[in-house]
Amino acid sequence: MTVTAPDTGAAFAGSREYSMLARLLFSNEFGLLLLIGMTFLVFAVFLPGFTSPFSLFTIGRQIGIDAMIGFAMMAVIVTGGLDLSVGAIGVCVAMVFGWLVERVGFSLPLAMPAALLFGASLGFINGMTVVRSGVHSFIITLASMSIFFGIMIFMTKAQAFHDMPTEVQGMGKLKFGGMVSVMLILSLSVCAALSIFYRFTTLGRSMLAAGANPRAAEISGVRVGRVFVACHMLTGGLAALAALMLTARTGAAVPSMTGQLGQDWLLPAFLAPVLGGTLLSGGRIAVFGTFLGAAFVNIVTSGLLLMRVGEFWIQTCLGLMLLAAVLTDRGRYAILKRRGVI
Amino acid sequence: MANVKMTRAFDNDWIGPAIACIMAIATVSFFRPSFLTPFNIFVLLSAIAVNMLIAMGQLVIISIGQMNLALGSIGGLVAICFVGMMEIWGLPPLVAMTGGLMIGIAAGIMCGFVIAHTGISAFIITLAGLQIFKGINLGITKAQPFYGVPQDVKDFGNLAAFGPLPWLVVPMAVASLCMWYLFNRLRIGRYMLAIGGNRSSAEFSGINLETTTIWAYAISGLLAAIAGMMLVARLQLGHPSIGEDWLISSFAAPVIGGVALSGGHVSIPGTFFGVVIIAVITQALVMFAIDPFVVQIVLGALILWAVGINRWRELRVAKLLNRSQ
Repeated sequence: MTVTAPDTGAAFAGSREYSMLARLLFSNEFGLLLLIGMTFLVFAVFLPGFTSPFSLFTIGRQIGIDAMIGFAMMAVIVTGGLDLSVGAIGVCVAMVFGWLVERVGFSLPLAMPAALLFGASLGFINGMTVVRSGVHSFIITLASMSIFFGIMIFMTKAQAFHDMPTEVQGMGKLKFGGMVSVMLILSLSVCAALSIFYRFTTLGRSMLAAGANPRAAEISGVRVGRVFVACHMLTGGLAALAALMLTARTGAAVPSMTGQLGQDWLLPAFLAPVLGGTLLSGGRIAVFGTFLGAAFVNIVTSGLLLMRVGEFWIQTCLGLMLLAAVLTDRGRYAILKRRGVI
Repeated sequence: MANVKMTRAFDNDWIGPAIACIMAIATVSFFRPSFLTPFNIFVLLSAIAVNMLIAMGQLVIISIGQMNLALGSIGGLVAICFVGMMEIWGLPPLVAMTGGLMIGIAAGIMCGFVIAHTGISAFIITLAGLQIFKGINLGITKAQPFYGVPQDVKDFGNLAAFGPLPWLVVPMAVASLCMWYLFNRLRIGRYMLAIGGNRSSAEFSGINLETTTIWAYAISGLLAAIAGMMLVARLQLGHPSIGEDWLISSFAAPVIGGVALSGGHVSIPGTFFGVVIIAVITQALVMFAIDPFVVQIVLGALILWAVGINRWRELRVAKLLNRSQ
């Protein structure tokens, strides 16, 4: 589902004969679904074991986590900014969650909302600093990524929390119908919730309006500063959710789970929204597209792993995929423009 | 008149960082006199030399108002290719070095070409570049370091040229002078600043945006390549993780040195003092036996502090301009 800011909503209105068909055929989601279908078919036919219940379960679980990371970044891309600290927020939340459960003795239903709240408050710090200083979010979140990660590793002395209750790991292994991970269902529900949020709620629509044109939004009565802070808080909360899912999958909270400074999350965080058709300049997002983007990436990755390409070359493939995604996006835009659809 | 000159001197972009730098050195050496021993100065200068190259690699891209996330992965790829060519193919160091420089320039040009000719945001393209080069690095090395560094190269990274001055200072000095010359005297450097200052007016004045952008990325790749090979000489091995930690410091040094991230204005001396401040603080944390992880927190805080100062200066200039109108 593509959600566009109110004032740019009539992008296709110019030419009626193309509008319905073009809207369907040239939509990012349609292209991605087609791609996903084709790659899935090819892998299913040529790679034995790709469609085994266990393989489908692990792919689905990873799609769930990556889509959540993508949603987290998407929520801040709306403002035309970005958040380099998602990975650092994620690992901070995971460690706080581990500490609450293991040392403080919180029960899980209490610790999980607390962890989400903590993620949102880290996002709040980012948002406030960006809005108050007027400096681009790139440099602010570069600094906060270093600070969050540094404080986390200083407090934990780089020690992991291993003795989680068995329910945590149980959640990571929970599946329906033998192959559908609970994580996949969770991220699909978040996807639906976000679609409704951006389309039907005042806050969601003001986020899109403020991202598309901050000045115009300000003049129409949107409090842009507050809305941007809310975007960063949403990012923090979604990153926290992704971190909890990752903790459940690992069964432990490990300081290195998102890489050095949380940089391992940067690629999935940008790959999914960009593949899905979210505009980096802000104001236009694709919630379902982001989910499909994460799905496509993970299907290709597991296929390549099964083909024994070697795990080290996967990273190069993902980089090339990001490059191909932005280039095809540009190409599609050019074709649409030449045909007068846009 | 003298007063005006004084204010102008204090408004100069590198005076502030220079004073902060001297104060930091004075404070640390007051509490730990061993800070100014020749050996410690030697260690400090070696770190500064490499970090200055890294910072200038980012500075070129900042000058055109963009960013290069792939800087570290280009440096890392060149580092392991440099050692790999000497160990596996038995090439002499100078030939391997030329090869390394070529790889760095080529990687830079690839990023620059795509950015210049598609107009897609530099952030996304260099993020893709980061993954591609890092993947090639890991694919070649299988995450294992190369150890076959010849003695000459090791000596270059670990011996002193004169007194406490390491040989590594030589490439830094040459590169800094070249960069100063580029931005102040060469046409292509002035074009970069013009693009960073105002993209559309630069285009209307007949500057070729594509060529200039590609030049900037080529130079950035070249500087990253030099920094990567200097690190090989200093560490005495080609480790696949070289370059992973460059991202923060490559932005921190120019920002602390008063460079505007929006582009159009650079300061080589300011960047140098930014590098020195970071090196002194990092070293001080080690000397005071503070947890090395604190470095991350301090680095982040320094960036925020510097951004705050730059912002305050901008607002003050705007106010002055308003008053004079």
